[in-house]
Amino acid sequence: MLLARLLRQARRFALVLLVGGLLGATLVRLGPGFGVDERELDTRLSPETRQAIRAEHAGQNNIAIFYVRYLAGLAHGDFGFSRSLNRPIAQLLRERLPVSLRSLAYGVLGGTALGLGLALFTVGWRMPGAELAPAVLSGLCLAIPSAVIALVFLWIGAAGRWAIALIVFPHVYRYSKNVLSAMRQAPHVPAAEARGLSPARVFWAHVFTPAAPQLAAVVGIAVSLAFGASIPIEVICDTPGIGQLAWRAALDRDLPLLIILTMLVALLTLAANSLADLALSGWGVARDSASA
Amino acid sequence: MNRTQKLAAAVLVVVALASVAAGLLAPAYSQQFRDSISSPPSARFPLGTDELGRDRLARLLYGTRVSLALAPAAALLSTLLAALIGATAGYAGGRWERAVTAGLDLFLSLPWLFLLLAVRALLPLNTSPAASVAITFLLLGCLGWASAARIIRAGTRTLANSDFLLQARAAGTPPARLIWRHLLPNLRPMLAAQFWLSIPVFILSEANLGLLGLGISEPLPSWGSLLRELENYSAVLRNPWMLAPVVLLVVVVSSLQLLLRTEDREPC
Repeated sequence: MLLARLLRQARRFALVLLVGGLLGATLVRLGPGFGVDERELDTRLSPETRQAIRAEHAGQNNIAIFYVRYLAGLAHGDFGFSRSLNRPIAQLLRERLPVSLRSLAYGVLGGTALGLGLALFTVGWRMPGAELAPAVLSGLCLAIPSAVIALVFLWIGAAGRWAIALIVFPHVYRYSKNVLSAMRQAPHVPAAEARGLSPARVFWAHVFTPAAPQLAAVVGIAVSLAFGASIPIEVICDTPGIGQLAWRAALDRDLPLLIILTMLVALLTLAANSLADLALSGWGVARDSASA
Repeated sequence: MNRTQKLAAAVLVVVALASVAAGLLAPAYSQQFRDSISSPPSARFPLGTDELGRDRLARLLYGTRVSLALAPAAALLSTLLAALIGATAGYAGGRWERAVTAGLDLFLSLPWLFLLLAVRALLPLNTSPAASVAITFLLLGCLGWASAARIIRAGTRTLANSDFLLQARAAGTPPARLIWRHLLPNLRPMLAAQFWLSIPVFILSEANLGLLGLGISEPLPSWGSLLRELENYSAVLRNPWMLAPVVLLVVVVSSLQLLLRTEDREPC
C-alpha cells in the first residue's frame, strides 16, 4: 500500500514536471521578446555578426526542437537565463531559495502551531465564549490582504516570516476546528465519556488521535498558502527570496524566470503534500500492525 | 439569517449604494484641487486630499465601485467556467472525467499568486485604465475556477447517479433536456455558493495585485491601487485617515464572510 502511494506520488511529480514544462515553454514562446536579440539592433555590428546571432536562435524557431531542448535543459538542471537580471536562473535560485525556505519554515510552523493550538483549545475546552476571540482574530486575518499584513509588520519592525504565520494561521485554525468538532460529535465520544474516562483521555484518544490523519493534511494547505503569501511579504519587507524574485520577474516580464519559479513552487508544494501523505500512510500501517 | 448576518447585509447594501452614488456624494475621482494638496479632513474633503490634490473620499467611493463590480464579475466568469468544466466532466464520466480530474489536480497544485503573476506578465503592463480593469477581471475569472469545478464535478456525479435522473433517462429524455431541466436546477444552489465564496477571494486578490503594482492602472482607483499609499509609513502616521480604504475593505470582506458563514461542521 505504501509502495502504491509512493508510485502514485512519483507519477504526479512526473506529470507536473512534464505538463508544467510544456506549458512553461509555451508561455516562454508566446512571451514578449521571444526570439529577439537586442544585440541585433547594434549598428556597429557587421552583417556577418548579425547573421551569426540569428543562427544562434535558429533552433528556437522549430517548435519541436525548442520543446525538446527546453525539457532536456530542465532535466539537466539548466533552468535558462534571466534576461532582466542578466544571470543564470540556477544561480539566482541557489541564492534566494534558502532565504525563502527559512521564512516559510518559520511561517508554516508558527501558523500551524497557533492555528492548531487555538483549535485544540476551543474544541477541547468546551467553555462558552472560548471560541469568540480565536474566531474574531482568524476572521480579521482572513479579511486583510496579505500585502497589508506585511505593511503592518514592516511598520512595527517585525520579521516578515511572522507575517506568513499570521496568514497561514486562520486557515489552519478553521480547518482544524471543523475536523475536531466533527470528531467530537461522533457517537463513540459520548460512549467513552459514559464509561467514566477522564475528559483529557477522551479528547486525546477519541477525538485528537482519530482526527490526526485529517489534521496532517493541513501541512499541504499551510505550505501552499505560505508560498502565495511570500510574494507580497517579501516584496514589502524587502526580503531577498523567491517571492520577491517572482514579483521582479513579473514587472520586467521575464517569463522564463517566472515559469521556473512557478514550477519550483508547485513541486515543493506537491512534495510537502506527498510527504504528509506518506508519513500518514506509514503511521497508519504502524498503528494497524501494533493493534494486530 | 441571524442578526449578525442581517447587519452584515445592511453594511454591504450601504457600501454598495454609496459607491453607486459616488457621483452625487463626491467630485470626480481624477479632479485635482491644486490649492488643497495633501490637506487634512475638512467639511469640503471629509477624508482629505492626496499628494496630487485629489479628493480621497471620491477616490475611495469610485474605487469601491470598481472593486465591488470587478469581483462579482470575475466570480461569475469563474463560476460559469467551473460549471461548464465540472458539470460536463461529472455528467460524461469515464475517460473525460478522469482527464478533467487529472487536469484539475495539476491546476490546483500550481501556486495561485505565482500563476497569476506569470499570466499577468504575459499581458501588457502599461495599459489604459479600462484595459487594466478588463485584464484583471479576466485573469481572476479565468484562473480561479479550478477548486469550484472540482466541487461541481463531485456534485454532478452524485446527481448523475440519482434515482430521478436514472428514471428520466429511462423515460427517454434527451441529454440536452436532461441537463437543462433536471441537472442545472439541482446544481443551482452549489453554483450560487461557489459564486458568493469567490467574491471575497477575488477582492483580496485584486487588493494584493494592486499593492504590488500589477492591478488596475492609475488614475482609475480601486482598493488595490488606493492601498499603495500606505507604503509611505510616515505619511500614514501623520494622516491616519489614509487607512480608510483598509478599514472599508476589511469591513466589506468580513461582512461577506459573515453572510456566507453557515453552521457547517465539515472540514473546509
